[in-house]
Order: sequence, then structure tokens, then C-alpha cells
Amino acid sequence: MTGPKREHMEKVVSTAAEEPMRLQDSEPTLYELSVPGRRGLALPALDVPEAPMPAGAVRADNGLPELSELDVVRHYLHLSQRNFGVDSGFYPLGSCTMKYNPKICEEIARLPGFARTHPCEPPEAVPANLVLMHHLQAWLAEIGGFAGVSLQPAAGAQGELTALFMIRAYHADRGELQRDQILIPDSAHGTNPASTTMAGFVAVEVPSDERGNIELAALKSACTNRLAGLMITNPNTLGLLDEHLVEVVRLVHECGGLVYGDGANMNALTGVVRPGEAGIDLMHFNLHKTFATPHGGGGPGSGPLGASGALAGYLPGPIVVEETGAEDQEKPSYSLEMPAKSIGRVSSFFGNFGMMVRAYAYIRLLGAKGLRDSAMHAVLNANYLRVRLKDVFPVPYDRMNMHEFVCQGRIEGSAVRALDISKRLMDYGFHPPTNYFPLIVREALMIEPTETESKPTLDAFIEAIRKIAIEARDNPELVRSAPHHMPVGRLDEVKAARELVLNDPAAPAIGTPLEP
Amino acid sequence: MSFVSHTKGERAEMLAAIGVERIEDLFANVPAHARFPTLDLPDAISQMEVGAEMRALAARNTDVDRCISFLGAGVYNHYSPPTVDYVLVRGEFYTSYTPYQPEMSQGMLQAMFEYQTMVSRLTGMEVSNASHYDGATSLAEAVLLALGLGSPRRNKIVISPALHPRFREVVRTYLRGMNATIVGDRQHEIRAQDLSTCVDPETAALVVQWPDFFGQLDDLRDLGAACRKAGALFVVAVDPIALGLFDPPGSYGADIVVADGQCLGLPPSFGGPSLGIFATRKDLVRRLVGRLVGQTVDAQGRRGYVLTLGTREQHIRRAKATSNICTNAALGALAASVYLATLGREGLKGVAELCYHKSHYAAGEIAKLPGIMVSPWAPDKPFFKEFVVRLPRPVAETNEILLRDHNIIGGYDLEQDYPGLANHMLIAVTETATRADIDRLASGLQAVTA
Repeated sequence: MTGPKREHMEKVVSTAAEEPMRLQDSEPTLYELSVPGRRGLALPALDVPEAPMPAGAVRADNGLPELSELDVVRHYLHLSQRNFGVDSGFYPLGSCTMKYNPKICEEIARLPGFARTHPCEPPEAVPANLVLMHHLQAWLAEIGGFAGVSLQPAAGAQGELTALFMIRAYHADRGELQRDQILIPDSAHGTNPASTTMAGFVAVEVPSDERGNIELAALKSACTNRLAGLMITNPNTLGLLDEHLVEVVRLVHECGGLVYGDGANMNALTGVVRPGEAGIDLMHFNLHKTFATPHGGGGPGSGPLGASGALAGYLPGPIVVEETGAEDQEKPSYSLEMPAKSIGRVSSFFGNFGMMVRAYAYIRLLGAKGLRDSAMHAVLNANYLRVRLKDVFPVPYDRMNMHEFVCQGRIEGSAVRALDISKRLMDYGFHPPTNYFPLIVREALMIEPTETESKPTLDAFIEAIRKIAIEARDNPELVRSAPHHMPVGRLDEVKAARELVLNDPAAPAIGTPLEP
Repeated sequence: MSFVSHTKGERAEMLAAIGVERIEDLFANVPAHARFPTLDLPDAISQMEVGAEMRALAARNTDVDRCISFLGAGVYNHYSPPTVDYVLVRGEFYTSYTPYQPEMSQGMLQAMFEYQTMVSRLTGMEVSNASHYDGATSLAEAVLLALGLGSPRRNKIVISPALHPRFREVVRTYLRGMNATIVGDRQHEIRAQDLSTCVDPETAALVVQWPDFFGQLDDLRDLGAACRKAGALFVVAVDPIALGLFDPPGSYGADIVVADGQCLGLPPSFGGPSLGIFATRKDLVRRLVGRLVGQTVDAQGRRGYVLTLGTREQHIRRAKATSNICTNAALGALAASVYLATLGREGLKGVAELCYHKSHYAAGEIAKLPGIMVSPWAPDKPFFKEFVVRLPRPVAETNEILLRDHNIIGGYDLEQDYPGLANHMLIAVTETATRADIDRLASGLQAVTA
């Protein structure tokens, strides 16, 4: 046994005598567990003659660790025990929509008929995939009120970027290349301005008014012949519906601009209102928010894009179209086509198909009524938390919110900050809300409970917040040094950024790449 | 039904606390004429029925397990050990979000840190990020990085025509907002060694694939040298399985290595989700796009992991960020990690050797068939896992008969992307093909072309 592993095992053995072992305490890295000569998988014997290898190209060592299958299983099981998901407990991370991911959807996505189809098989060999994608396109168009939908984008941010490419192509076709500005409210997700820059536009920030709406006077003065479009998240990241949406859309359209809806918060509006009918020209859906596909520790997501009649021809492709003139009307046939003026591909093949299967199953389970019920209860749960917490934390925009709300994590007479409250929540078994976003609220705590949480869970969360508020006054150090019951305490992020250890020091050295 | 669990009584209590009568009252802000549209969606059905309906739907597809498949072209049928899915179904992992709160997310963070380490070792590069969506978007980000690095005049990207056609298309889409030109990718007659002549002081990056789209193994040393001389970045898209056996691009001057990671234990899944691998030199780390995990300590000196260098990213830098990346492919990176850890040093080398020898055996057997030519434009060049054959009839026709009469999914029709390559098929042979499978392909091809 090598050094670190032996030390780890000795520690486990020695502490076991004094106190029960806590499974989560520490876990060596793969490279610390590695032992030269250990094998994790036996391969079939070579059943064909050996071919000569190209001279001088075979490497001496590929640098991977060497472990047994059981080593690998235990390692990742231990790591999972050091991680927290929606399945572990309440995860009110605002803006991220951490709702329950139904297990039936996971099971269906793993059916070999879906998971083990190759994207280059001829369409006749994979008719079910085309049917599924066509239905999902149609359902999303129906839910959003759009003329066309492309399932290509792999995530919300890629959906945004794609939409901006479409806006650019639309103006170029009309000979209006001077339209180079995209307006973005100051409450927007950071992806909006970042996508804007990537698409070659200039991001222009529009302030919010005291009720959390886009400030109309500022919008009016930004409506010039340089306006390409507006990106609007509705409800916005304060969890508020913009009260002047109709006016905002009218102003942008009258000026020749397009309105892009960031569909990140569509989970509050599914079955409640159709953005396309409200004049939104383009909008992405987050299948991993609205349609309950899992977030996977940060991905994969899926960001299908809906477009109005004027823009649908620019959608990325290929998309699935129903064959017209089919003789047998009982069984329509489908094919893959590029939209007429498509901006091209944004994904190697058809987007994140595995996520589409899950979302399709989810929509079949819920139907129109279940989707609307989900949106309504997401809003109910968020408003319930707001009214029950607003005597603890200031709520700067105190009006009826949608699926989330933003309060300020500060307590009268205490120096604790929003981050401290978040860290202390972990000790009570809750994932913290989103911290310090949106940027326009100081000490922001952005809370999104989602519709799948029960009242007892919400009440327990309220209770924990109240206790922490008392602790913040009576014993602030307890809160400021939290968490106390996690595998590690607060980590030194400055050291991480300064010293930049991005590779395991226990791994074998690599040859340094050639100097530039 | 939905997944809302409130009882009537609980709902009433909550509405009372808010001070409204009905749940609909929460939506008073939505203009009445647009509120609560009737959606034309199919009626909800139970889990049991959804399961049955979707199993029946899936059964209409021909999946790669029901036949012998020789289709590759970027998505491969490699064996994935059961350890991979065992880890992927752990709810602690797959139902978590990006690890913004590190104390509660040490498991995923450590797994990503180990992923970065294994990718850097495999590619021979100093730094790997924690993933992109897929190989094509990794490459697009690499090209954007190169364009952002130098002066605005350095705006030319040289791309090999033997780079995956889908990768090339995605790069073209991503460059729509840029003042950049792409050179080389549509000149199908260009060979790898000729690309160095296209690299000049206005070139921001040279992009090649290794093994190339046709499976061929070119010696890239001269290209690396030409890039260094011209001050351009040398970007290499690789097959990570090949790196189990062959020298990594880091050893011959690559500045950025990208790859599609589907081959590392992920199902083909009709092309997605996949995993975008991205590795580079340490001095480019602040230009790097995507999440990075770094090692640090807590107040008690205990080792831990955090997302680091967030100042590059959109949630902090907004319009000045290096990229808009928010969601990535963390679960795909986890799958690849478990795959690489299970196979280990010798296992990945063994898989690469099996692919190499079996694909050469297949090429040899097919070369014996009259009327079929193997590797028509470079018969003596080494290849890995994939090779080109020229058939006496169209590929689509050939594949139709192979599937119908021999239960074989044939290779990729190269004419789709290269108009000059009518009747040319790209055949992929992985470790999952037995000698008997390969012999059946050869006899199937013989029957079809006779």
C-alpha cells in the first residue's frame, strides 16, 4: 500500500477506536489510491493478427491511475456521500429551479432503443427518435406560442447565443447592419451580456425601476436605429413579472428591434401565459428547469429555441419536419431538414437528445393541466416563503412574486452577512439559496423553492432561518464560522486562485508542452 | 398528474398566509386576456402508461445493440463498464447543481478535479477545464480563444478539411459574430503536410484532427513547428481512446487539445448529451473558458476543492467574460472519469490496441474483395479505428442491403460531406467487434458488391 492510502487507512482504523467512523470525513484521490499493476477491467483476448504499430508514435505511459473495480466503486460512492442533490434534501437555489427529477424519466432515457441509437443512422432506422423530436418541437411551440422550435442548443446559454446569431442574420437580411446594440436589464443573468459579446453585439445595460420593472424612460432613450434587440427575462431574476411588458415589447418593435425572452424562468409561466403571444420573438426553454430533466452537477442541460413566424426560418438545424403529401395519412413520416435561412448548426448532431427523451416523458406524465399546476404551485410555494420570512429578512421589492423572490440576508444588530446565513443553513441540512445575485440587491439571497417541495419541508426551512436569525444576534461567531457539520469548513478561495492547483500532485508528471 | 404534494388543507393554509383566496389570484399581474391559455397537448397519462408507450416507441428504432454496427464518424460503440452507470444514477450526483457551495459539493468537485488531472495526463497538456457541451463546441471555444489572444489583424483560422465536418460547421456558426476568415476547410485535396504553408502572421490558429476524420495518423510535428514560427495557436482535436496508446499532442507542440468525450463510457444517445474535452497550456489558463476546479484548504487545514478563477466567467465579468458558458457537461465528465479510472493505464491502452488491430484486420479482409479499394488515397498510411473504402456502388444502397440482409449497420457515407467522395464509406471498428463480426461485414460487403 502506498503512502497516502496507508495513512488514510491508518487514520480510519485509529479513529474508529475512539469514535464511530464518519463515512464522509475524507477521501483520497484516484491517484493516491492507485497502485502500479492493479487492474480494474479485463478485456477480451485479441482474436485477430497483430498489425505493425507506426514507428515512434507509441507512448510509454498514458498517465492514468491503476485501481481495482472495487476501489473505483468505493471511491465514487464515498464521493457521492460528500455531495448534496435534490434527492438529498431541499435545494432552494434561486434561478436554478432545483425541482424533483422523476425517476421514470431516467428509466426511459436509458432504454436501449433511445440511448443506443447512433446519430448517423439513416432516418428510416430511427423513426421513433424523429417522432419524439417532432412532437417535442410541436409541444414546446404550443406551450410558448411560437411558430417554430429547434432542439439543437445544448444549454440555455447556447440558446441565447443562437438567438443572437438569428437576430444578427435577420437584420443583415434587411440591410440594417448598423443595428449593433442589445439592451439588457441590470437584473439579467450574466450569460445575457456574455452571449451578446460573443455574438459580436454591444451590450447596453438598462436600469430597473423601484418596483423591479425595466425603467421605461431609459428604454425609450435606448431605442435608436442602432437597436438590434432586447433580452428580457420574465419573470425577471427578482422573481417579478414586468408590469410594463406590453409597453416594453411595443417600444422595441416600433424601433425595429427584436425581443428575446430568456426562458430560464418559464417554469413560472407554463400554461399561465404564452410568451409568443405577448410579442416575444425568440425564447429558449431550459429543459433542465421547466421540464424537470436533472442538472447533473452542472450539465448536461438542453436549451431548445422557439421563434416567431418571421424568425423561424433562421433557426439552427436540422429540425424535424413532417413529410407533406404522404400517401398513408395514418402514419405521417418525418425527415430532418435545415430551415430555409438557418444560421447553421450549434451542435454536432441534434442537440442533447437524452434530455429531450426525459422532457417528452415529463410532458406526457403531466399534460397541460399538470404543467400549469406545477407553475402555479411553484408560485404558491415562493410567495408562502416570502410572506413567512419577510419579518426576518428585508424584501426590497415586496410585491406578489412568481416562482422565486429575493431578500436581503442581513439582520438588524448583527454583522453576519448573506453568505454566513447560507453556510449556516448547511448545518441544518438545507442547500443555501443563491448568494449575491441579482447584482442590484445588496446581500441578496435568492430563494426558489419549486413546486415539488412539501409544506412541512418549507416550514422546516422557515424554522431554520428563524433559528439562524436568533443565532446571528446571540452568537454571531457560530454563524460566521459555519458550516460546522460538513466534511470541510469554509474553503480558502483566495489561496485556490493564487496557487492554482488544477491537477492532483499525486499524479505522475507529464512532459511539459513545448514552449511557444 | 404533477409532482406537487400539497393536500387541500395545506394549500388552504398557505393561501391564507399569503392573503389570497384562490391560487389563481397569484397571477393577477398577468393581463387577463392572455392568462391561462388552453394548451393543445395530449392528455396526461400515468407513469405505468408512459413507460409502456415509450418502450413501444423505442422499439421502433434499430439500436446498435440489435445489430453489428460499424458506424463511427465521431460517435463510437465502445464498451462501457457497469461501474459508469452505477455512479451516474447516484442521486447525490445527478440531481445536484453546479457546485457553487463547495462545502456541500465536495464529491462532485473532487471528481471534476480528478477528471481535469486525468485529461491533462492523457492529452499531455498542463490544464484541463471541467468540460464543455461536446467536442464541436470545445473546438469553437478554442478558436474564439485564439482570436481573442492576438491583435485584431490576426484573424485567420486555418482548418484542415479532414476535420470532422460537423465540428467545422459549428465553428462557422460560432464565428458569425466575428471578423474572422476560415481557410482550408473546403479545399478537400489539401493534405495535412500542406497546411503549414497556409499558416502566416495573420493566422490566429491552425486546427487539425488526429486521427483525422478518415482515421489516418499523420505526423504533426512539422505543423506544430510551423505554428510556433508564425505565432499561431496549434489546436488538435483528438480521439481520447487513441491517446491511451499513442503520443499525446502536448508532446508535439499543441497549444490546445479538444475532443468529444462520448467514446469514454457515454452511450451514443443519438448524438447527445456528449462531453466536450478542452485542455491547454498553463499560461493560457486565464483565457480558458468554462469551469475550473482547484485544490485548497479550509481553516483547519483540511484539503478541499472549489470552483476557481471565476473572474473569467459570465456571472462575474458579464459582457467582458471569456465565454457565456454556464451549464457544461459535468455528468458526462463524471462518466468519463469513472470510465478512465475503471480501465486505468493498462485498460485504456488495451482498448486502443484492440481497436487498432481489429480495424487493420477488417481493412485487410475487405481489401481482398474484388472491386473494393481500401484507403484509396493513402494506402500505406497508418490509421486508427477507422478507415475509408471505395465501393463499386453508392454507400446508401450498400447500407440498406447490409442492414436488411445481414443485420449490419454499415459505415458512414462520405459523399454527404465530400461531394468528390461518392461511393466512399468510412468504417469504424472498435474493441466491441469480434473477428466473426468483422468476417460477416466482409462477406456482407462481398455479397452486396458482387
